[in-house]
Amino acid sequence: MASLSAQDEQAVRNELAKLTGPVKLTVFASELGPETNGQTVALVKEVAALSDKLSVEILNPFIDKERAAAYGVEVTPAVVVEGAEDYGIRFLGLPGGYEFANLIDSILVASSATPRLSEATQTALAGLQSDVTIKVFTTPT
Amino acid sequence: MRLAQHMAVASPRITAECIEATEFPELSQRYRVMAVPKIVINDRVQFEGALPEPQFLSKVLEAVNGGQAEG
Repeated sequence: MASLSAQDEQAVRNELAKLTGPVKLTVFASELGPETNGQTVALVKEVAALSDKLSVEILNPFIDKERAAAYGVEVTPAVVVEGAEDYGIRFLGLPGGYEFANLIDSILVASSATPRLSEATQTALAGLQSDVTIKVFTTPT
Repeated sequence: MRLAQHMAVASPRITAECIEATEFPELSQRYRVMAVPKIVINDRVQFEGALPEPQFLSKVLEAVNGGQAEG
């Protein structure tokens, strides 16, 4: 079943037309997990089909344990968004509803490697001396 | 999530995780998620609701510069 309506699909296609560099979406999902695993795989595949700059890899964390550990993925479904490098962008759970727009935005910024942040913010972040993990809890609606 | 993921691209030090709260009740409980969006930085600085970029940055810096653990 298609996750995106024809209207959404066109809107996403228009956004993805802005992609400058390739983006890889790595999905960790398990058939033994909740139904959101399969839904996430389907959604990400649908999105990836809308741009030739996008590629998808589907992994099972119970089989591909080393890859999951390397990405720091401990739960499913999980989506890793990578551009020229792994910038550390992760979506845990189905990136649908309200978060879908952020998934698309993350693809765009990973592709361009050009964050839309002020000079002051970027200067401050460049001076970070230790690692930072930002967890953002959301709901679909 | 928008600011977090842009910050992740801006700094190799930053990881941005968007967590669907209803799918991971144990995580949500551990971080006492009562309202969304809820942001937790390095498990020590947390806040609810969207913040403008300068205030969000302040929270990030607070988390790495010895901000007091909350909650």
